[in-house]
Amino acid sequence: MSGGRAKALNIEQLTFRYQKDTPTIIDIPKWQVDAGDKIFVSGQSGSGKSTLLNLICGTLTPTSGTITLLEKPFSSLSSAKRDEFRAQHIGVVFQQFNLIPYLSVRQNVELAAYFGKGVSKESRELLRNNMSMLQLSEQLLEQRADQLSVGQQQRVAILRALINQPEIIIADEPTSALDSQAQAGFIQLLLDSVRQTQCTLVFVSHDIGLAQHFEKHIRLDQILNSEPSHVA
Amino acid sequence: MLLKVALHSLANRKAAAWLTLLSIVVSVTLLIAVEHLRVQAKQSFGRTVSGVDLIVGAPTGATNLLLYSVFRMGNPTNSIRWQSYKALQNATSVDWAIPISLGDSYQGFRVMGTTIDYLEHFKYGSQQSLRLAQGKAFQSPFDAMLGADVAKQLGFKIGDKIVLSHGLGSVSFSHHDHAPFVVSGILAATGTPIDKTIHISLQGAEVAHMSQQQAEQVMHRVESGQDVDIEISAISAIFVGLKSKVHSLQMQSVVNRYQAEPLMAIIPGVALTELWELVGNLENILLVVSIMVLISSLLGLATMLLTSIRERKNEMAVLRAIGAKPWVIFVLIQAEAMLITVFASLIGVGLVWLGLMMGADLLAQEYGLFIDSNVFTIATWARVGLICCASFVLSAMPAISAYRHSLQQGLTAR
Repeated sequence: MSGGRAKALNIEQLTFRYQKDTPTIIDIPKWQVDAGDKIFVSGQSGSGKSTLLNLICGTLTPTSGTITLLEKPFSSLSSAKRDEFRAQHIGVVFQQFNLIPYLSVRQNVELAAYFGKGVSKESRELLRNNMSMLQLSEQLLEQRADQLSVGQQQRVAILRALINQPEIIIADEPTSALDSQAQAGFIQLLLDSVRQTQCTLVFVSHDIGLAQHFEKHIRLDQILNSEPSHVA
Repeated sequence: MLLKVALHSLANRKAAAWLTLLSIVVSVTLLIAVEHLRVQAKQSFGRTVSGVDLIVGAPTGATNLLLYSVFRMGNPTNSIRWQSYKALQNATSVDWAIPISLGDSYQGFRVMGTTIDYLEHFKYGSQQSLRLAQGKAFQSPFDAMLGADVAKQLGFKIGDKIVLSHGLGSVSFSHHDHAPFVVSGILAATGTPIDKTIHISLQGAEVAHMSQQQAEQVMHRVESGQDVDIEISAISAIFVGLKSKVHSLQMQSVVNRYQAEPLMAIIPGVALTELWELVGNLENILLVVSIMVLISSLLGLATMLLTSIRERKNEMAVLRAIGAKPWVIFVLIQAEAMLITVFASLIGVGLVWLGLMMGADLLAQEYGLFIDSNVFTIATWARVGLICCASFVLSAMPAISAYRHSLQQGLTAR
């Protein structure tokens, strides 16, 4: 972790538990992600992945410790401010169900722009450019999201994640609904888009096989302060 | 933007949304109709008679006397003698007295015998006098003066002939073919039962009941310009105006204690209030029932939304992921509720308006209620506003549930 480069994500002394009397789920003494990194985080299901993502995205508040995003305090913000920050600076791609089924592709993307930096001429242009980059035909724009194939839906999810030109993209098992052939293609598209926009990618999956596509790979239990039972 | 999302979301659940809409349309229609009719009926009641201090008739219920004398509904239980009218007319505190004689009808319109004084003294609404729109008041026993609706619906003009029949109803077995009347005048519309009445002279009413021979004799004498002296045997009721209103109660008890024959006097305002109380109770029950129906259909709306939230957990997670604050979720659910409620209310008000446009004549003819079909009043919109408030309160339940849910589940839709 080179000290000179700007940090996209900086976690210090982070702990989280849902309630006072429930066990601590997350305990991260320190974890940093450099700006512009494309990092693969692997972890078994139930290892606290989704809790960590919720903390980074600001939908959960740490029990103790701090999360700093883009070198600005994040976890100490009010939840409304965190929602605003997420809308403008973080793009999220889920496993599936990324889109609102009854809205068209255009409406789905523009809704993200509406919550983020606003629908503008610029955002429409960006949408058009990114569509060709993601190999999506413009005819899909007016189609309902639930009429698309799963592969198309996942690409529209990237389209939507990029609309506010975020500095960070969080991808949570985005390929698990795709067949293995489509997986590699999807990851390449995602990496290409991220490279072009120079943003940071945190890609979380249980599938260690995907690690080959990434420059950096870290196992979740490497950053978690392992409890005795987990010590190898 | 959010409204657009809400609209698409509803469109996505068309069947449920339409059914809920329909149920609210029905309940809004019911509520608005009941409320409108209630207010209008009360106004319509109040404006049927004014400027009359006492109504005198044969002893019966106050409501019955009021109904047949003013509303032209039902029949007089008994008639009163002409002498009684004369005696009343000559009483010191009486300013004027108008005899009326009811009984005949023509194609469902009531025929009322009276004197020329009726035009001068009888008032409706806020002290408005009757006015002739065309022609002149009746002069000969065979002249008839039509109410505005009678002329309009039957297409009568001045000079047309009418053959009056005895008894009620448009189909009658004993037509008085021998007594053809001529339309001498048409009254201006009043919005009261007067519009549905055919006015003839008291003499005319007597002639209508004479035998064929007698009637023809009278007709010949009238045609040859001779004086006709027809004796009035009996009348149905008397409208009385007093020199001073202060004497109303006193005069009422004088009439009630009249020796020569049993009589009964009512004060129209008091009798109207009594009648209204009778009807008003029923209307209150109707109002309560329609409010219940509204609440139950709004609960249906809340249930529909609450059920949908379970299917929409993914959607909420997506919204949160793209930066929607939890209150946006609340607003979205409420927007759906509002869209349905507002749309349903507009349809409901429109339906009431349509219904009244079509039913106003029937109400006037059958029940003597003159209803203004214009429901687009401030009062109606205030009611729609209240309905929307009620919808907001009841939909807060699913909206808060969605809000809470989206707070807890965060980005993971599981």
